[in-house]
Parts: sequence; C-alpha cells; structure tokens
Amino acid sequence: MTSTTIAPGAPTTSGIIETDAIVIGGGPCGLFAVFELGLLDIKAHVVDILDRPGGQCTELYPEKPIYDVPALPTVTGQELTDRLMEQIKPFGPQFHFGERIDTLKREPDGRFRLATDAGTEFLAKVVVIAAGGGSFTPKRPPLAGIENYEGKSVFYSVRKIEQMRGRDIVIVGGGDSALDWTLNLAPVAKSLTLVHRRDEFRAAPHSVEKMRKLVEEASVRLMIGQVTELEGADGELSTVHIKTSGGMERVACNAMLPFFGLTMKLGPVADWGLNLHENLIHVDTERFETSEKGIFAIGDINWYPGKLKLILSGFHEAALMAQAAHRIVYPNKKLMFQYTTSSSSLQKKLGVK
Amino acid sequence: MTKITFIQPDGESQTVEAENGLTVMEAAKLNDVPGIEAECGGACACATCHVYVDESWRAKTGKPSEMEEDMLDFAFDVRDESRLSCQIKISDALDGLVVRVPAKQF
Repeated sequence: MTSTTIAPGAPTTSGIIETDAIVIGGGPCGLFAVFELGLLDIKAHVVDILDRPGGQCTELYPEKPIYDVPALPTVTGQELTDRLMEQIKPFGPQFHFGERIDTLKREPDGRFRLATDAGTEFLAKVVVIAAGGGSFTPKRPPLAGIENYEGKSVFYSVRKIEQMRGRDIVIVGGGDSALDWTLNLAPVAKSLTLVHRRDEFRAAPHSVEKMRKLVEEASVRLMIGQVTELEGADGELSTVHIKTSGGMERVACNAMLPFFGLTMKLGPVADWGLNLHENLIHVDTERFETSEKGIFAIGDINWYPGKLKLILSGFHEAALMAQAAHRIVYPNKKLMFQYTTSSSSLQKKLGVK
Repeated sequence: MTKITFIQPDGESQTVEAENGLTVMEAAKLNDVPGIEAECGGACACATCHVYVDESWRAKTGKPSEMEEDMLDFAFDVRDESRLSCQIKISDALDGLVVRVPAKQF
C-alpha cells in the first residue's frame, strides 16, 4: 500500500484528500485523462490497484509492440506508458498505487466521497472511471467449493506471516509469488508442500535454487502435479487431492495459497448504482458521462453504440470528458477552446513557455 | 481454407474453415466457438484460449515455446497435449486438426 508523489499535488487536510478529480485506473486512458483535465486546470489524483502505472499495457504486454497509436508507427506498452507519464508531468498528478477504490458516495454538497481498500479517503468534484477491464484480482482456480474456504484457509495473499505459523501449507504455482512465499513461510509452517505442474519455474533462478535446497533438507516438499479437489468443513481445509504422474495423493493441508496470476474483474464499480451494459458502464458520446452526473467513464470499461476498445478511442473520450468535467468543477467559468500549438496560457501550463 | 474441429467437453463438435496464417484462437473467435475466451486478445499474456490437441495431431502442432509454457502455468488441468490456441498458426499441414476445449478457462 503505497502513495507515490511524482510532483507536488493538492494538499491534504484532516486525512481526507480534497481534489478536483479522482481518476480510477492508471492505464493509458487514465493517464491521458490527467493531461486533458490538466489543460483545463482540473487537478487529479490517480488510484490503481497495481503497483505501477500502465494498466494492461505494462501488466499484460509491456514488451509487445502496439501499431495503432496515431503518429507512433510502433510503440511498446511500456514505452507508451513512459511517454504518457512524461506528458502529464507538468500537471503534477498524485498516484495512489496498490489501492482499489471500494466505495463511492455522493455528499450533500454534490461532491463524491471515495475510499480505498487501504483506508485512503478522497473528496472530489468529479470521478473518472478509466478502469479498463476492471481491477486486477488474483485468479481463483476452478476447484469445486473453493470460495467457501477463501479468507479462512485459502489465501491469495499473505498479510501477516504469523497467521501461517504452525499450519500445514500447500502453495500452488511456479512464479515469483509462489516461490517467495515458499521461502518465507517454510520456517514457520508445520509442513509446506509446493505444487507445480512441471519441474520448471518461471520464478527468479536464485529463489528456485533456494527452494531446491529446502527440498533437499526436507523442510519443503515439492510435488509435480495439480490440485484437483479440496476437502474440509466450515471453511477449514483439511486435505487437498493432488494428481501427479504417479497417481492421486491426498495431502494434509489447512492453508492453501494458489498463485495463478491475475485476471480482470469489474469489482466494486458494479455496486455504485451506475447503468451497466453487459458489465460495461453505459455512457453518452458527448460527455462520456455515466448515468450519474459528475461520474465519467472512459476507455475499455465504457460502452456506447459503436464502441471500439482501442487506446486511441479512449484518448478521444478523455478530451470530451474533460470539457464536461470543467462545467462541473468551474460552473461559473467560461471555457474557451484553445490549441496547445498557439495558446500561450496552455503553453504556460505545460511549462513550455 | 483449412478445416479445424473443436470438440466441447460434452462431446459436441464443430468444424470450421479458416484461412492459413490465422491462429487457431482466431479461427475459434471468428466462428463463435464456445469456451475459447482469449482474454488478452492473442498476446500470449493469459491462458484463456487453452486447448488440448488431439493425440494424432500433436507432432504437427509441435511443442509450446518457453513463453507459452510459462503462460500454461496459469491454466487449469494442464496436460501433455495442452497448448494455447493463439500460439498455433494455421497452415495446410494442419488441415483436419482436432482440438478439445477444456471444461473451464480461467
């Protein structure tokens, strides 16, 4: 849970952060929204569940070239993100990474009160949902009844190592999370079994080496196979069934940690009373506003007739959204349309004059 | 055009025709084959286009690359014949290919 400041932003008072706009999601559209809002003097805070900017671009395909961003014949997801971060620097957005907006309520004065899962609170005049495919959440293995054990004996993350002391732990996966937790929990576990489908690991080689050593010392058991069934009662696991090349084996287990990567889920956005269209947020094409005045949705998460999930469409949506947001943030100010090429006031904001 | 047959977990089968050069995942999506989700759109960045290649076709489709193996770690009920369909390129050599759709993508 970190809040990173890349440049001075709005001051915080009494614990609640007051700002003009909250942008939910730090992918390309969320980042460009900061730019378009910034040109209109609207200050923004960006909240993202991931630990860095870029959204899908950096989480799913940082090295893959994108060929349809205007004027950039080829650009990788990482490079596009880096360039957007550079472009929005003059506006000093504040980032809250590793946090997810869980609640959103309208205050009597028309502003929105938002709170993250880490307890950060915001008061904002407008909300821009740029959450792409939704928030990245750990993948739930399709094992019958697994949801009954979640939080009690099936965990997708470990907040406190002590919570795992003396347990019969089964960790599933072959990436860094699986290996790191194997190394961290081996000293406190009653028993620890690492289950992976093959005897090769994506994790960092030095972690794999350390794990192999623990296996040699018999403080960790490595099983090559797959979990197929869970057994237990009242949320407490007792046994997991593991299919290996040698057949089925039952392993005593009262804590299982599956690490199968992340998937995107709409998440809490679904509970904010917005009109949805097949799990996407319905917006108009003039303001890209949702069914709630002052709440906008841009990028992959919105829907309107003819919608295309393209980065370039999201950029256009951000520009129009900002015009509408201006009317809410500055109801008495006339908005004059200006070009960055010729407007000295815009150039001053961009720090190029 | 190359013929590809998708067999669902309940045994239902669907044969589609696809252009060479496309991937098996694209052929599935173009023909609305159920059970191929392809969440990432073919970037080999998820595992939701997982298929089981029919035994008789395994030699022709070849083995997964290292990157594909890494992604298969995120799939469920992975078997020796598991592939990500976005990583199988359609060619004349694959005319008649048979793949099975797993019970679940996740």
